[in-house]
Amino acid sequence: MKKLITATIAATLLASTALQAAEVKIGFVTTLTTGAAVIGKDQQNAVNLAIKHMGGKMGALDINLIFADDGFKPETGKQATDKLVKQDDVNFVAGYIWSHVLLASRKSVLDAGKFLISANAGPSPVAGKLCHENFFSSSWQNDQTPMAMGEVLNQKGVKSIYVIAPNYAAGKNMVAGVKRTFKGKIIGTDMTKWPSQLDFSAELAKAKASGAEGLFVFYPGKAGGAFMKQYQQAGLKATLPLYTTFTVDALSLPKFQAAKFNDVLGSQFTQQWDPTLDNEQNKRFVADFRKEYGTYPSFYAAQAYDAIFLIKSAVEAVKGDLKNMDGMRAAMKSANYPSVRGKYTYGNNHMPIQNFYLREVIAGADGAWTTKVVKTVYEGHQDPYAKDCAMK
Amino acid sequence: MNTIGKITIAGMLILAIVPPVLLLSGQAFYMDLATRLVILGIGAVSLNLILGFGGMVSFGHAAFIGLGAYAVGIPAYHATYGEFEMVASYNGLLHIALAVGFSALFALITGAISLRTKGVYFIMITMAFGQMAYYFFLSLDIYGGDDGLTIDVRSELPLINLDSPMQLYGLSYVSLAVAMYLVHRMVNSRFGMVLQGTKGNVERMATLGYNTYYYQLLAYVISGAMCGYAGFLLGNFTTFISPDMMHWTRSGELMFMVILGGASTALGPILGSSLFILLEEILSSFTIYWHLPFGLLLILVVLFIRGGIMGLFKNMGGSSK
Amino acid sequence: MDYTLLFVQVINGVQLGLLLFLVASGLTLVFGILDFVNLAHGSIYMIGAFICASLTFYLGNFLLALLVALPLTGLVGYAIERFVARKLYEKDHLDHVLGTFGLILVLDTSAHLIWGPEGISVPLPLWLDGQVEIFEGAVIPTFRLLIIATGLGVAAGLVWLVNYTRLGMLIRAGASNRTMVSALGIDIKTLFALVFALGSMMAGLAGMLISPITEASIGMGGEIIITAFVVIIVGGIGSMKGAFIAAIIIGLIDTLGRAFLDSLFELVMSENAAETAAPAVSAMMIYILMAIILALRPQGLFPPKVR
Repeated sequence: MKKLITATIAATLLASTALQAAEVKIGFVTTLTTGAAVIGKDQQNAVNLAIKHMGGKMGALDINLIFADDGFKPETGKQATDKLVKQDDVNFVAGYIWSHVLLASRKSVLDAGKFLISANAGPSPVAGKLCHENFFSSSWQNDQTPMAMGEVLNQKGVKSIYVIAPNYAAGKNMVAGVKRTFKGKIIGTDMTKWPSQLDFSAELAKAKASGAEGLFVFYPGKAGGAFMKQYQQAGLKATLPLYTTFTVDALSLPKFQAAKFNDVLGSQFTQQWDPTLDNEQNKRFVADFRKEYGTYPSFYAAQAYDAIFLIKSAVEAVKGDLKNMDGMRAAMKSANYPSVRGKYTYGNNHMPIQNFYLREVIAGADGAWTTKVVKTVYEGHQDPYAKDCAMK
Repeated sequence: MNTIGKITIAGMLILAIVPPVLLLSGQAFYMDLATRLVILGIGAVSLNLILGFGGMVSFGHAAFIGLGAYAVGIPAYHATYGEFEMVASYNGLLHIALAVGFSALFALITGAISLRTKGVYFIMITMAFGQMAYYFFLSLDIYGGDDGLTIDVRSELPLINLDSPMQLYGLSYVSLAVAMYLVHRMVNSRFGMVLQGTKGNVERMATLGYNTYYYQLLAYVISGAMCGYAGFLLGNFTTFISPDMMHWTRSGELMFMVILGGASTALGPILGSSLFILLEEILSSFTIYWHLPFGLLLILVVLFIRGGIMGLFKNMGGSSK
Repeated sequence: MDYTLLFVQVINGVQLGLLLFLVASGLTLVFGILDFVNLAHGSIYMIGAFICASLTFYLGNFLLALLVALPLTGLVGYAIERFVARKLYEKDHLDHVLGTFGLILVLDTSAHLIWGPEGISVPLPLWLDGQVEIFEGAVIPTFRLLIIATGLGVAAGLVWLVNYTRLGMLIRAGASNRTMVSALGIDIKTLFALVFALGSMMAGLAGMLISPITEASIGMGGEIIITAFVVIIVGGIGSMKGAFIAAIIIGLIDTLGRAFLDSLFELVMSENAAETAAPAVSAMMIYILMAIILALRPQGLFPPKVR
């Protein structure tokens, strides 16, 4: 038995080293189980589409993509990351929907000298003190999107808001972000248990009683659907207008439409990307995504798609020499690839400096609910933690 | 030597040889797997002392693992980032003392209350205490709350460097062997006889003049302290702690390990934790729906396999005893 | 003190409590009569929610879907009893816990396979989707009032069923003396299966009622089941009255904790720390309550007289 195990392992070891030469290995950590798997599935679809668009190759190298499940838990995410790094010996680790999963996993990747590409999470430490030369983001720093929303609130002349957000790394960043730019008064803040709390009756009652002029919330994934529903049931639309980030997305809109939840039409939120952005890469991405999977891609999908193209630009810049870390790093730093959000640049902390738009939910031309861009809130916006990062 | 004894020695030998060989042949990941398995094995051995031998079904044992891990994480955090100079330290011996001490204290307090109840009430109150610990660490914003705590520097021990996977494994392995030996000695002492007697019939032991409550409480405290030590190792192994480690589902997994391998046997918990971790690893590499076959297996084990894997072995070589 | 807010929060707490009661009543029924620990009770809650959500789209009306989904969930419960639970009755509580822990994994993953990971948003009929103003400023969503009414109705129904019907008499007799019931010519197996199915319907009903608020989603049973266990332990296993009172107490503690604890904490700590600590401490309070009650009364508040 013992011999058998060692023999099998030795055989797989040999087989894997033999194959390694002509391929680039990418590990993609996302959520494939629990209710949050809906986001993971969307990202998975986008990654597969990206590979299809590349013809399965980055330069001369074949793409070997390995998906790993974080189970929506930091600890499991770290274990999955360890496995990608140690067993599969990937060249790049990408993905990470959740800030706490990224924070738990980053050390495993970076200590092993691999590249880490976040396709969603952007917790403040990785943008500031814990910034790293091998870390890049294809999304945003957490504070940026709510900062844009704070700016929108100022423009609308809102004087006071109440804030409700989940109690984890990203939730805290969202609250900090809106506080940075919103010039009015924040009357109260509620941080709820994450991810188990889905009933917000107590918090909504408090928000209503506070007399604030607006309500700012952040609830990604299924909690977003639950929140929107309860906000509508509480009948607060007239008295306490809702301003959100990452709460309504292309994943929840089909569900809302099926449930004829018309109150969602017209709701506005900020983001760095929208399916209507006018560039070739985006048009192809959105059209093919819809053809392939039948729904509009979410921003999670857009960022995952970008992450794979960012990696491609690095691999091609060094002509497939995956040992040339400096070359690949320089290539990624230049952000010289076709992003679906249009051209952007990287700051010293390898976080995007990019535009932020105000999006609005509409019924699309063919009836399916989607979004359009109302206006550009920020042009070339950089996150506030870049100055804490020691890198130049 | 009987069959069970032989199997136990063979099992321990495999654990002593295979993982280091794998590490030396470049398979660092399998070493990780083995380390996790051995550490959780210590947790399972500690649970077996009260569950298998003492008949106390603790459904909150993961709390001790968490306490032990935070006993590493919190002093290391302050040593790195300042504040609370009193506890700030990388000293592993201090971490062990804290892990064992706090776990024992937590076991003493919760055990004293829990042991007043019986049967299903005991199962549920231990679970409630586990959940209390879970929510307590969830509320500690400074140590990451929900987000968990990354341990930047591992415990510093004399002679042993925990940054070396081989040495960490060595320490875990030796700890496991010692834990098994301790449990073996305890079970076969007078204390152990009384403890096993309470499992069968508390009243009879009471009429024989034993104060069963104190025997049970002592066993509970020893088990908790041992499990806290496993937490110390786990914290150093994963270098990341989150309250999730203490969630009731984790306690359920520990229980499953004990039952799967065979409760009230020496090797059972190790076999259980090994099989559990390997199954998890193998099934999850095939499909994201791996919980389905895993759950079915769990049901089948409970329905059809008396005494777990060790029970199967016993039946095979029953005559040699 | 804002009394309108207090009133609204108390209503919210009572509503949560009654929802908990629906889950806990099924649990305590099965537990009290069959002496069976069913951790998978929460998964039946989830299955009920999914069946009802799917039917809502098929039949076009939530309430109609609920009426159809109830017996269907009962059938699912019956199947679980027939193929798994029944075989576990003779074993000890530890085996119950592990066996039904396995069942959770099986049922949750099956739901993922059948309904996908995205969950289902459940539309309500217009008349239920609005709000009721009880007095100046105290506005409550109509649907939450419906949950309260249903919870109270079910509680009354259970009292009637257990105390005044033939089935209830058999149930009570079966709990205290199985052989006697068998001697009366009653098939005890069928009786137990019926009780299990009834308990499952109760859990399913709770799931159906919460799904228009939080959506039907996989894993939704995982948290509520533990709280429901706390409820029946605090109330005394097998006691309907105990389950009812404990459910209301725990619903109120949870809601009022979330509502007012942070302001209380702000008196002694920074605003940020208070915001973080409050939700976790209010969750912890439930367990502290349970520990205190069990320390003082090891059999819960209302231990049933039989056995």
